[in-house]
Amino acid sequence: MIAMLEARNYSMGTAARMGPGYLPYILGGILILLGLMISARSLWLGGEAIEPIVLRPLLLVTISVVAFTFMVGPLGLVLATLALVVISSLGGFEFRLREVFLLYVVLVALAVGLFVYILSVSFRVWPQW
Amino acid sequence: MVDIFSNLILGFSVALKPIYLLYCFVGVMLGTLVGVLPGIGALATIAMLLPFTFNLPPVASLIMLAGIYYGAQYGGSTTSILVNIPGETTSVVTCLDGYQMARQGRAGPALGIAALGSFFAGCVATLIIVFFGPPLAEAALKFQQAEYFSLMLLGLIGAVVLAHGSLLKAIAMVFLGLLLGLVGTDVYTGTARFNFGIQELYDGIGFVPPAIGLFGFAEIIANMELKGKIEVFTTKVQRLMPTRADFKAAWKAVLRGTAVGSLLGILPGGGALLSSFVSYTVEKKVARDPSRFGKGAIEGVAGPESANNAGAQTSFIPLLTLGIPGNAVMAMMVGAMMIQGIAPGPRVMTERPDLFWGLIASMWIGNMMLVVLNLPLIGMWIRLLTIPYRLLFPAILLFCCIGTYSINNSALDMIVAAGFGVLGYFFRKLECEPAPMVLGFILGPMMEENLRRAMLLSRGDPTVFLTRPISLGILTAALLLLLLTVIPAIRRKREEAFKE
Repeated sequence: MIAMLEARNYSMGTAARMGPGYLPYILGGILILLGLMISARSLWLGGEAIEPIVLRPLLLVTISVVAFTFMVGPLGLVLATLALVVISSLGGFEFRLREVFLLYVVLVALAVGLFVYILSVSFRVWPQW
Repeated sequence: MVDIFSNLILGFSVALKPIYLLYCFVGVMLGTLVGVLPGIGALATIAMLLPFTFNLPPVASLIMLAGIYYGAQYGGSTTSILVNIPGETTSVVTCLDGYQMARQGRAGPALGIAALGSFFAGCVATLIIVFFGPPLAEAALKFQQAEYFSLMLLGLIGAVVLAHGSLLKAIAMVFLGLLLGLVGTDVYTGTARFNFGIQELYDGIGFVPPAIGLFGFAEIIANMELKGKIEVFTTKVQRLMPTRADFKAAWKAVLRGTAVGSLLGILPGGGALLSSFVSYTVEKKVARDPSRFGKGAIEGVAGPESANNAGAQTSFIPLLTLGIPGNAVMAMMVGAMMIQGIAPGPRVMTERPDLFWGLIASMWIGNMMLVVLNLPLIGMWIRLLTIPYRLLFPAILLFCCIGTYSINNSALDMIVAAGFGVLGYFFRKLECEPAPMVLGFILGPMMEENLRRAMLLSRGDPTVFLTRPISLGILTAALLLLLLTVIPAIRRKREEAFKE
């Protein structure tokens, strides 16, 4: 497989106005140029194959972070952590329910104790009934 | 001379206060911890802790964060030697000979020389900051916008030249970073740029979410793919003290490593990572029998380990004297200072001598603590290594999330971090270094501001960068650096240096 580096072509730079847009415009232009150069070179020279992308951890870790994000506000730290730990653990290649549960208990205790009580970060701990 | 002594006394009087001693200890402890644990580095840890330093006194916050950086250099070697996995990217080369030494049953001396070499390097680096900091800061007071712009340009070019992997990719990463740094409201006209209609982006992207994404999340995802069983040498590590023959073989390597690290740490774009690579190459070059390397040569451990610690500490020099971060970790330190309302720059030394000298003194104290933490207590860290990764990563993930979220309880920050995590994962697959990007991201807005202000003051005359002598000198240096990489002979050497 030839290295496909086209992904580097973020062409967001050109949506610019004069004045404040001056620098972004130039930078965007250069970046597009560089992107083209990189992809051209790899197509020409046929670079090394990209390592295979393993989707499972990528997807599940990302999902777990997003889930945490939307749960921590309304539902509180305890439930959000549960989602985070369980979903991300599913992304690993070994999943042992008991182990994950134990881990969760320890982590929640640690998180609540350390951040909410010692460092007094304002988190909602439990869901609002 | 007298000045330096009175300054040092001031520094120690600050750093020896129990409260600061405590934070110094917390810093080096955490540093060793994340250094030992693969899959989380000093950068992600500092990013994670930034939001919590808000309530600390400024000195305490900087002492602690600095401790994490150089502490991680100590911890990283432990994992490299015992597991053949770098606990920290800066200990990658230590794997080569350190692990071989462990296989030959000489893990103890390898660990010992790594810690003692690091300690020596740390002491020397601290002295270098003491002697070179003040004159540099004095010179920096004369700097104007043009000089700052040129200096940042030099920094970025340094980051590109010294990044490993493809040069072209590194340049592209810097530009991408610069561009991302420009998101937000324009300073001069108040025009919103690249916000895609999202309210929160008017203030730009904070630097913590991208750092957490690139160095926290992406790292975790990539590590989860490595399934292979890890072999740990938990068999009692006996006799930590290197033998007399070991010392004889290693002391020159320690000296050379310290010199290499101290020099490269100061260079823009340098720091601990580069220092260790270069030091290993140097050791191989000067060795009478280079074939011993990779088979357990003690110089291959002593040199790089001293170098990365020296580099970690001297990279504070550009930050503390010029206010310009030389690498991504220093960029985080800029953030830490700004959270406290301190503008990094040459004035820190005169306006906050307690902070400047206290931080320096704490580095020396921190190094002492690290030797104790890493030699007699090594057993504790080894036990930590036997924890399987499937139990570690949810914990790291959770702390990353809590850290990011608590900056301003913003869901968007988290989404940005998650996005950068995915991006970082693909960067890894495409072999693009994220570090130059982070540097570009931090320097982008600063550069734009200085460029535009310099242009305003010179009424649009771009020659201002060339007519001011200091600016011209810096630009020449930048140009030279750039030319160096184009010259084929040096280019080959650069590739050689990073191959291992």
